[in-house]
Amino acid sequence: MHTVYKISANDQNVVEEFNARPIGHHSPALQRVLNVIRGQPVRDKYVLICTKPHQEWTLGKLTGERGKPVRLLKEQVFTSVEDAEREVFRRRWERHTGTKG
Amino acid sequence: MKITGYADKISARPGESIRFMVNCERPRYRADIVRLVCGDLNPDGPGIREQVVPTPANTSYKGRPQKIESGSYVKIPNSPLLQNLTSFTVQAMLWPTTPDSGAQAIVSKWQDRRRSGFALVIQAGRLALQLGDGKGTVEVVSATKPLLARQWYFVAASYDAETGRVTLYQEPQTDYPTVSDAARIRKKTQLAQMGSHQAGLMFAALRTGSGKGRLDQKFNGKIDSPRLANRVLDRSDMERLKSGVPAHLQESVVGAWDFSQDISSTIVTDMSPNRLHGETVNMPARGMKGYNWSGESMDWKQAPEQYGAIHFHADDVYDAGWEVDFSLTVPAQLKSGLYAARLRSGAEEDYIPFVVKPTPGKEKKLAFLLPTASYMAYANEHMATNAGLIELLSGRLAPLDKNSLFLNEHREYGGSCYDSHSDGSGVCYSSRLRPILNMRPKHISALGGDGSSLWQFNADTHITDWLETKGYDFDVITDEDLHYEGLALLKPYQVILSGTHPEYHSLQMWDAMKAYQNQGGRLMYMGANGWYWRVAFHPDCPGLMEVRRNEGGIRTWAAEPGEYYHSFTGEYGGLWRNQGRAPQVMLGTGFSAQGFDISAPYHRLPDSFQPRAAFIFEGIGKDEVIGDFGLIGGGAAGLEIDRADERLGTPPHALVLATSKGGHTDIYLVVCEELLVTTPGLGGTENELVRADMVFYETPGGGAVWSSSSIAWAGSLSHNKYDNNVSRITHNVLERFLDPAPFVR
Repeated sequence: MHTVYKISANDQNVVEEFNARPIGHHSPALQRVLNVIRGQPVRDKYVLICTKPHQEWTLGKLTGERGKPVRLLKEQVFTSVEDAEREVFRRRWERHTGTKG
Repeated sequence: MKITGYADKISARPGESIRFMVNCERPRYRADIVRLVCGDLNPDGPGIREQVVPTPANTSYKGRPQKIESGSYVKIPNSPLLQNLTSFTVQAMLWPTTPDSGAQAIVSKWQDRRRSGFALVIQAGRLALQLGDGKGTVEVVSATKPLLARQWYFVAASYDAETGRVTLYQEPQTDYPTVSDAARIRKKTQLAQMGSHQAGLMFAALRTGSGKGRLDQKFNGKIDSPRLANRVLDRSDMERLKSGVPAHLQESVVGAWDFSQDISSTIVTDMSPNRLHGETVNMPARGMKGYNWSGESMDWKQAPEQYGAIHFHADDVYDAGWEVDFSLTVPAQLKSGLYAARLRSGAEEDYIPFVVKPTPGKEKKLAFLLPTASYMAYANEHMATNAGLIELLSGRLAPLDKNSLFLNEHREYGGSCYDSHSDGSGVCYSSRLRPILNMRPKHISALGGDGSSLWQFNADTHITDWLETKGYDFDVITDEDLHYEGLALLKPYQVILSGTHPEYHSLQMWDAMKAYQNQGGRLMYMGANGWYWRVAFHPDCPGLMEVRRNEGGIRTWAAEPGEYYHSFTGEYGGLWRNQGRAPQVMLGTGFSAQGFDISAPYHRLPDSFQPRAAFIFEGIGKDEVIGDFGLIGGGAAGLEIDRADERLGTPPHALVLATSKGGHTDIYLVVCEELLVTTPGLGGTENELVRADMVFYETPGGGAVWSSSSIAWAGSLSHNKYDNNVSRITHNVLERFLDPAPFVR
C-alpha cells in the first residue's frame, strides 16, 4: 500500500506508545503512522526470520522478485519479537522523518 | 530444506496402502510413522507431541534428489503427418500475459539436440518463427513490432519448403491509434530443408531434452484455436480455419484443436479428420474466455464456442510425479487419527501428514473432520513473500520459518489459491500431489496471530492435542472423504468436530453435512470462516481442487469477468453466501471480520442464562470473562471471526451465548462482502460487525449445533494445563453432544 499520509515531527508523541506495546491496541494516531510504515511495498520490506523458533529471530528483507532468496540481516539477533518490532520501527522512522525517534 | 516429500493419498483405512515420494539431497534418511498430537513449537504451549508407531516402513532409506517440473502445456504425440511436414502453416489466437519475460513457445515441433523442426515463439517480445534443419543450423524470422500484454492477436507463420520463404502474421484484434503492434513479415530463409524428427507437437512450451527439467520456453497467457496445415495457406484460408475446417481445406489441415471441447478434462481434441488428439500437462486453466467472447454469456456451458482458450502458466504444477520411495500398508489395529511419515536426515526434517480412517463398522462416536480442502486452498501460499500486505493485516512483522523461506525460493513447488501466477493471474487450481510445506507440524505461519502463529493444519493440532489429553476416543476423517463418500461417512457419528478454519466446501460436502444435521447429527464448529467458498474437485485427476474467486469475499485475486464457472464441474463458483447458502445456514454464524494481531475474550450474553444453554456454562461464573488467554493472539476470539445474523440464515431459535464485540483492535476490519457503501469506522474498536458470536441451537431429529466462531478458539484450550473456561465449555458441549438423548424430540 502506498499511503498519502507523511510522517513528520508532529507524530513524535506516538513513538513512546509504540515502544511500550509494539503489537496490540494502538491509538488512532499511532495506527495511522503504522499504516504508513507497515504498508511499505514488498521490495526491501522487512520480515522476521525465525532462526530458532520462538526463541531467536533476525531481520530479513524481501527482494520483491519471485524466487530470489530473502536477504538475511544476520548482524542483529533478537530474543523477543517485540525487540525486533522496535528495531524495525526505529529504522523506518528514521527513513521517513530523517530523525531518530 | 534438503528433504521434502508427499503422499499419494490424504487418508487411508487399515489394510490400504499409502505411497510416499521423497526428495532427499543427503545419502540416507530415516522414516518413522508417527501419530501427531500437537505440532506447536511454542514453549508456552503443550510443545511437540507425537508418538512413533512401529510399522515395517520405519527404517532407513537411500536418499535421492527428486525435482518438480512446473509449467503447463499441451502435448500431441508424434505422427507421420507431423513428422513428414515440409511446408506448413501454423496459426493461433494469442493473448500473451508476459510477452517481455523471455523466449516463450506457442506451438513447437522441435527437437533441440539436433536443432530440428519449427517453433512459433515469442522472442524479445515479438512473434517469431524458429526453423532448424536438423544439422545444427537455425534460422529465426521475427516480427518487427512488440506484442502487448493482455491483448488478443491473430498470429501465424507459414514456411514454403520449395522457396524457403517464411511469412509471419502478427495481427492485433484491437486497434489503438498511435500504437503500432501489427506486423507482416516476408523473408526468404537459406535453410535447405526443415529437419524431421520424432518428438511430438507441443503448445505453450518446448523441450530441450526428454528428461525432467528440460521443459523450456514456457508460455504465460492464453492460446485459442491453434491450427496446423501441410502447406502455405493464404490469409483468407487462415481466416476460414479459425472457426472450423471447411471442406476445401480438409486435405491441407494437419490439426485443428478445439480447447472448448472436454473443458472438464485433460483431453485436447483435434476436430480435423486426422484426430491428432492430445492432453494438457500440469493443469493449465480451462473454461477461460476466448478471443471471441462477446460478454453476453458468462457460462462456458452455455456458449462453449466462446471459451476456446486455455490459459497456460509457466508456474502451473499438478502432479510432481516423483518416484515412490516407500509405502505403508496401514496396520489393521492402528486406530484412526492424524499421522505422518516423519523424515529425518541429520538436522534436516520433514513430515508427510496423512489420516488413518476407521475400519467401517468400527467407528467411534466422535469424528474430527480435518479440513483438507482448506489445506489445499492454502497449499504452499506465498502471501508473506509475494505481497507486502501481510504486515498490515497482522499488525506485526511477517514471521518466516524455514518452510516459508524454502517455498519463496522454490517456485516449482507451485502456489496456492491465495497466490497469483507469475503473470498476475489468479491460481485457481491446487493439487496435493506435491510437497505442501505449510501443511506440516512445527510450521509457523505469518497469518497465525501473535504468539504461536499457527494457521490451518498446525492450528488444528491443538484440537487433536485437546482430544488426546482429555482422553476422548475419536476418529479422524477428511474433507476429501466427505466429498467422495457423502453422508455415509458422517452417519455413524454422534458428533462431528470441525477444524479451526474449514473454509472450502464442495456441493457434495455441503449437502452431506446438512443432511447429517437434519438427521440428528451434532456439529461442533471449532473455528471460523467456515463453509465460505465453493470448490470443485476434478472428476478424473485425484487430489486436485478448483476455486474461482468470484464477485465478493475476502480474496487475494479476482476471477476475470466471464470466468466464474468451475472448469472441473461447470458449477458456478465463488462464495456459498452468493448462492443462497451463507455460513449462518450451516453454523448459525458466518464470516464477519478478520485481523491477525491479537485476539479478544468473549463476554456472556443474556441467552447464555437460558435453561437450554445451562449445560454449556456449567461451572462458568455469571460474569466470567471467557478466553482472555491463549496461544493465538492471547485470546480465544481472534484471527477470523463469525457473527450470527438471522438475515443470512441464523435460525430464529438460535441462542447467541457470548460475544467478543468491542474487544478487537482496529487491525480487525469488517469483511468486504458486507460493504455496499464504504464508510469510516470499519475497525474493531468502532464497528459492531467485528465480533465472534458463540451460538447454540437445536436441529431437527434431536441434533444440535454449537459454534465457537473463532479461529483462535483452539489456541486457548491448553491454557493452565487444560483447566480453563474455553476447555471447560468445549468439554461441556462435547459431553452433552455425545449423549444420544435428543435435544428436541
